[in-house]
Amino acid sequence: MTATGTESALVDDLLDGRHRALARVITKIENRSPGYRDIVSELHAHTGTADVIGITGSPGAGKSTLVDKLASVYRDRGDTVGVIAVDPSSPYTGGAVLGDRIRMASNVGDMDVFFRSMSARGTLGGLSTATSDAIKALDAFGKDKVIIETVGAGQNEVDIVRTADTVCVLVQPGSGDDVQMLKAGILEIGDVFVVNKADMDGAERTVAELEEMIHMRENPAAGLNTGHHGPVDDEEMAEVALDDPDEEAWNPRVVETVATDATGVDELIETLDEHATWLQETGQIDDRARTRYAEEIRQLIRADTAELLEGVIEARGGIDALAEDVLSRETDPYSVADELVAPVRECVDEELER
Amino acid sequence: MSTQEREEGRQIRCLIAKVGLDGHDRGAHVISRAFRDAGFEVIYSGLHRAPDEIVQAAVQEDVDVLGISILSGAHNTLVPKIVDGLKEYDAFEDTLILVGGIVPDDDRDEMLEMGVGAVFGPGTPMEETIEFVRENVPNRE
Repeated sequence: MTATGTESALVDDLLDGRHRALARVITKIENRSPGYRDIVSELHAHTGTADVIGITGSPGAGKSTLVDKLASVYRDRGDTVGVIAVDPSSPYTGGAVLGDRIRMASNVGDMDVFFRSMSARGTLGGLSTATSDAIKALDAFGKDKVIIETVGAGQNEVDIVRTADTVCVLVQPGSGDDVQMLKAGILEIGDVFVVNKADMDGAERTVAELEEMIHMRENPAAGLNTGHHGPVDDEEMAEVALDDPDEEAWNPRVVETVATDATGVDELIETLDEHATWLQETGQIDDRARTRYAEEIRQLIRADTAELLEGVIEARGGIDALAEDVLSRETDPYSVADELVAPVRECVDEELER
Repeated sequence: MSTQEREEGRQIRCLIAKVGLDGHDRGAHVISRAFRDAGFEVIYSGLHRAPDEIVQAAVQEDVDVLGISILSGAHNTLVPKIVDGLKEYDAFEDTLILVGGIVPDDDRDEMLEMGVGAVFGPGTPMEETIEFVRENVPNRE
């Protein structure tokens, strides 16, 4: 696909490092404005250099504050940073107050931290597509690190963090129930677990709970294996596993931080770097990207064909009329679907026979 | 989903900004809530922001509307700095700038001349402000 006039100019400006163009591209992506597809297509060739880090956790866990500190440390070592903070919006009015920006106190006035708030606009499944397109824009712009921040509840959010290379799950101490909640979906995709507010009571216990859970997930037979090395503790096991070049699996880590005063942030960054290195060395980075692109292609195709078929539905008198026919038992949903999809099926069959 | 103005996914984005040393943010909070309930996306800057920070936020967030709340009387110093900053990033032309707070009549015209879309004083009905935004939001493309 090639972009025309304005889009092309916008892409050029973005690649030239103009902040305004980057901001405008993300707006177009969010609004699904005409021409946004051409823009994203053009940008794709320039992507693939940024490390994408997803940060998720329950509300109040300290995500925004931690992201702020992470960005600040990255900046100190000379990396440029892009942040996308996703907040929920009201399903009734579509309005939203996006408050994550307030926490970005360490990086004010530093244009090389590009912070963008996005609202979850109640779009079905479309949000993860918009987010991954926005990541591409930041990547193509030349950001070294791209951080996506989102509340970790619900499939939508899981889909968003899936677009990251490294997934970081934030937990606060004393949130036994939270840890239980994380089991459903998030725990499986966490590469690094961060116990934030580690100066609070119960931090140790939360760390222990997480470690136990990770242990169970990595090795369901743990505890049964007395091993030929004799008794070793988990940490030693983990180190042995890491030193072994044949060992492909990544052992999720648990890191303690106090985001408000940046305690543990250096250690967290080290861990994130380790994970990035692991991704590179094992080739996982490409595997993950392949999976992601496959899913992206599927999603786009689903959306595009659905849109095509919307036209067919309209031509047949609209969805309400069709539903009415089903209600009055004149026909049934399967027959309607068969009938509407028939022309598409014919074309496809013809195409495949060639 | 509401039916108001959301044709083709067009969403009005606003930045509500508190600049300078004035710490009175009740007005900014009230307007943020009202805008949200009107279906806008609102980014609130937090207190005590420097003009540079407001410019950075307005550019990066690509907002249609920048609402500046000033109750300290420092608008003659702060607003021009923001306007200049926006111009520097080519963001001035298509951002609707609103000033809310205590602005004497004499300064009002000066603000408007500088490129501020409107100045809303105390007691302005919320509907009036929302209506003004809907009618004057910059038409992009």
